[in-house]
Amino acid sequence: MQTGNSLVKKREKEIRKVSAVFLIPALLFIAVFIIYPIFNSFQTSLYEWNGITAGKKFIALDNWKELIGDKTFRKAFGNNLIVMVLSIVIQMPIGMALATFLDRLGRKGTVFKVLWFVPMLMSSVAIGYLFKYALDANTGLVSTISRMFGGKNIDLLGNPNTALITITVVICWQFIPFYMVYYMAAYSGLPGDVYEAAIIDGATRSQYFWKVALPMMKPSIKSAIILSMVGSLKYFDLIYVMTGGGPGDASELMATYMYSNAFESYRMGYASAIASGMFILITVISLITMRLINGKEEV
Amino acid sequence: MKEESKVKKITVKLVVWALVLFWCVVSFLPFFFMVMATFKEQFELLMGGVFKLPEKLYLDNYIEVFTGNIWNYLKNSVIVLVISLTVLLFISACASYPLSRFKFKLNKPIYSLIVACMSVPIHVTLLPIFLMAVRTNFYDSIWALIGPYIAFNLPISIFILVTFMQGIPKELEEAAEIDGCGKYRMFWSIMFPLVKPGLATLAIYNSVNMWNEFSFALTLTQSAENRTLPLAIWEYQGQYAMNVPMIMTVLVVSVLPMIIAFIFGQDKLIKGMMAGAVKG
Repeated sequence: MQTGNSLVKKREKEIRKVSAVFLIPALLFIAVFIIYPIFNSFQTSLYEWNGITAGKKFIALDNWKELIGDKTFRKAFGNNLIVMVLSIVIQMPIGMALATFLDRLGRKGTVFKVLWFVPMLMSSVAIGYLFKYALDANTGLVSTISRMFGGKNIDLLGNPNTALITITVVICWQFIPFYMVYYMAAYSGLPGDVYEAAIIDGATRSQYFWKVALPMMKPSIKSAIILSMVGSLKYFDLIYVMTGGGPGDASELMATYMYSNAFESYRMGYASAIASGMFILITVISLITMRLINGKEEV
Repeated sequence: MKEESKVKKITVKLVVWALVLFWCVVSFLPFFFMVMATFKEQFELLMGGVFKLPEKLYLDNYIEVFTGNIWNYLKNSVIVLVISLTVLLFISACASYPLSRFKFKLNKPIYSLIVACMSVPIHVTLLPIFLMAVRTNFYDSIWALIGPYIAFNLPISIFILVTFMQGIPKELEEAAEIDGCGKYRMFWSIMFPLVKPGLATLAIYNSVNMWNEFSFALTLTQSAENRTLPLAIWEYQGQYAMNVPMIMTVLVVSVLPMIIAFIFGQDKLIKGMMAGAVKG
């Protein structure tokens, strides 16, 4: 018995050692590039600093006080919320519709699948520049179409009232293929005989979709919504390329505001406060949403 | 009654196909506009408008791009991709092995921590990583990009691989253990070969992410010779600000490698994304 016990102990010890060896490299990368920066961001937010020279001045919570009263940050956060709501409202149904269509066509739908996937392959920079020129007030697609119907040139990006919405539409264009694939995965996760069983029981295709498939895919839809929310709250790329937050602060987002504070106004401390604020807001909003969505299910 | 339902059926079908075609136009028109523009001269685009097909096969834009600096950007992108991807795949395979196979106290907490990292927004870490790069003198070199690229793709990769490894039967390893095979050799000679299909999917999925990455590349590099392909456009924009066909050509060239990869690995890429999507 004694020997058996010590053998088990020896085995456990070996497993611990081997596990540590295998896990340490990954944990090291995560600690250095994800965990430490989160804390470091909070720390830097307590200083007044340009990020370059040594003159780092401790100002406690002054940056945070400024952040709470900052109108541009509030505007940016509001814009983030607009992008978030529009993204969910536009991306989810279209992504689901495309996936449903492809799921029905099966193999025959490959051509469409490939065509619809193309936006996903382009970098945000490429998409940003492409649309910047496609929407150009004089030579762009929209103005050309408008002129064909006898209208005037349209400057969607230069107009404070339309800039944010226009970019949101482009963001949706970029991400709809992602949610299409996402829902295709959800479809392929359904048990194979559900469709046949429903049809044998006399359900029409639309009944199958609304009453069988959609409820069964609820968990996927929930996590897609959360993904899209978090994505919209931290969005940066297209805005930076297409408008830089302008005109004025019409399309400013939290991330672009942080970026311009850090690298254009050289206020590293304040930019860190924005980043940390973003982290808190995103975490709180996604936790609340998860609660709300999952709470409903239990009823 | 029957006639009516038939008419209804046909109408539904027509509407569906109209929408399908509409969506093809929506997702492809901008792309078409981009490629068409590359075959035009600057003047031709201004005069003829966007929708006019090029008058002749005009290749000067491509010649100009390919004789320029683009190869350097391409080289940087390839180096960053190859190193980050190799290290990423190896490290995530290593980490997934104990997480999917061994019972130890910290297994669950470590796994949850890694999964939680999936939802950390990269922009929160952007400034600290920038400052870190400056402090360690990696700033403005492609080496600064490798660390963050590995770290931020690790959580999802480990998540996918753990799921994949859990699906592999344990019998082989048990037999090997009885034969006295050590844990390290077990990983190398048994697990690693079995997990290759999963790694291939991950490789394609992560390649697209890394190739197109923008925020870190913008923040951590500065000079033209140290930048990756998505940022090439900055240099050309300064040079050819109003020359839309030139800009479009640079875009096409920067997207081209992914399009080619997609043509060959279409199935794998979509499968990879689907595997990533199931994370729930």
